[in-house]
Amino acid sequence: MRGVSPGMAIILLLLVAFCLAALAAPWLAPFDPLRQSLLLRLRPPGTSFAAGTYLLGTDDLGRDLLSRVLHGARASIAIAALSVSVSLLVGTTLGLIAGWFRGWTAVIIMRAVDTMLSIPAILLAVLTVAVLGPSFFNLILVLGLTRWPRYTRVAYAQTLQVATLPYIRAAEMAGAGSGRILWRHILPNIAGPLMVVATSEFGLMILFEAGLSFLGLGIQPPHPSWGSIMSVGRQYVERAWWLTVFPGACLFVLVLCVNLFGDWLRDRVDPRSQGR
Amino acid sequence: MLAHLAGRLAQAAVASFGVLTIVFFVMRLSGDPTLLLVPEGASAEQVAQLRTALGFDRPLAVQYLAYVGDLARLELGESLVQRAPVAGIVGERIPYTLALAGGALLVALGLGIPAGIVMAVWRGGVLERVLAGFVLAGQSLPTFWSGILLILFFGVYLGWLPTSGADGVAALVMPALALGALTMSTFARMARISVLDELSRDYVTAARARGLSVGAAVFRHVLRNAAIPVVTIAALEIGNLLAGAVIVETVFAWPGIGQLAIQSIQARDFLVVQTIVLFVSSVYIAMNLLADLTYAAIDPRIRVRG
Repeated sequence: MRGVSPGMAIILLLLVAFCLAALAAPWLAPFDPLRQSLLLRLRPPGTSFAAGTYLLGTDDLGRDLLSRVLHGARASIAIAALSVSVSLLVGTTLGLIAGWFRGWTAVIIMRAVDTMLSIPAILLAVLTVAVLGPSFFNLILVLGLTRWPRYTRVAYAQTLQVATLPYIRAAEMAGAGSGRILWRHILPNIAGPLMVVATSEFGLMILFEAGLSFLGLGIQPPHPSWGSIMSVGRQYVERAWWLTVFPGACLFVLVLCVNLFGDWLRDRVDPRSQGR
Repeated sequence: MLAHLAGRLAQAAVASFGVLTIVFFVMRLSGDPTLLLVPEGASAEQVAQLRTALGFDRPLAVQYLAYVGDLARLELGESLVQRAPVAGIVGERIPYTLALAGGALLVALGLGIPAGIVMAVWRGGVLERVLAGFVLAGQSLPTFWSGILLILFFGVYLGWLPTSGADGVAALVMPALALGALTMSTFARMARISVLDELSRDYVTAARARGLSVGAAVFRHVLRNAAIPVVTIAALEIGNLLAGAVIVETVFAWPGIGQLAIQSIQARDFLVVQTIVLFVSSVYIAMNLLADLTYAAIDPRIRVRG
């Protein structure tokens, strides 16, 4: 493995910092993110009061914005990570099956992929969450189950390629079953490109969760999410800029870092794509 | 060419059918689709009555066939919440979304393509790095954040542009910028790659050897060839822009189908939401088809292979 450039080191540090902040939110947050104080509605950043200093200001119900942004990171990263896991699992399994068995199985699976890719994912997610009702679990399920086709495409193409290699034939002749070959011999060899997809999807999931929460279809109040904080910020845009600027900046920097990390990973996995 | 056309048409038909089916089942995920269509506060008796009237008490397969049959005849149904045909409710909002998507496409083409060309021609320069930074930012910007930032700066701080609504062209500027940012980045990346590809070809070297400057070579020869992938991407992006409008329209209170979808969810008027999802997906599929066919028409290599 080649050395990591200083720029990449900063990005990795930022990503680690985001994850740590999300994990440690209950201990890092100066206030209870749900505690309201009607005396302290929409105070600007740096307001000090008996209970302490509100570094990033307060929201429309007098809750501490810093505490809410920290807890929001938790929701954002947890939902993105879990839904990426769901779609990675579903998509990869289908792709492996299609690539290994080919024939009608592959035709059906790949047609389903084409269909899923022809519905705009955000609209399908909006419709499904609205029908099922928004909850943490439903959000993960919906995001996970709308975003599997990209993994299937990659897993399918890669499996087709790898399956023709001599060592797979050798394993087959040695008597290994399909399941064992797929799991032990093919999956490890196609994991790189799948990880590249998973990384870019992770950034997208963070944006989706925030978007759904912004529309009122994600994390439900009073629980904090970057998207829902910003939708309150939209209402008070003329009085409280901090409600949109801070959570939005966190969202932007996190997604930017994830995307840069994804590009870097892609160059590692597939050196041909370098500089593209 | 005919075989290619037939293959693509069949693919589009399968995709449309798949979309219908997915939407049908999603609407039934809640258990009782009647509850998604009745106005709020309806009594149990009214719900039961409607269930029979709408045919939701029939077997699922019968319901599915009836649903496909209705859609095939373009009978979209009547909204029970608004007591009006859904086609009219959605139809009167479509021009607004098209105007917004058109504006965003204009922003994306007008800024993205020149940026991509500049990045390819002056590869390795300071200008490329600066533009690459913008392209990267455009890809990671959530539209609702950039939208509100635009409102804060141009609407609240400078007071130049209206912060919401759809009064005239001025009101379109900020939503179009917010919506177009992601597509702009896509165009810039595509234009850069395809110009770079063309620049490395023999005919460019030959043109340069004849004494043509880089700029002249780019304008006379490269752009025409580099345009092929960009044109097809433009068709695909129209579908993405319509979907992205859901959020941008909510931010700017722009009265298009995106805002209508969210308002209809709040009013529990799911027939409208279903119609919007079907409409945007059809445009998406049609644009995919158009992109494929354009590609085949411009580039003969695709026809032969396909």
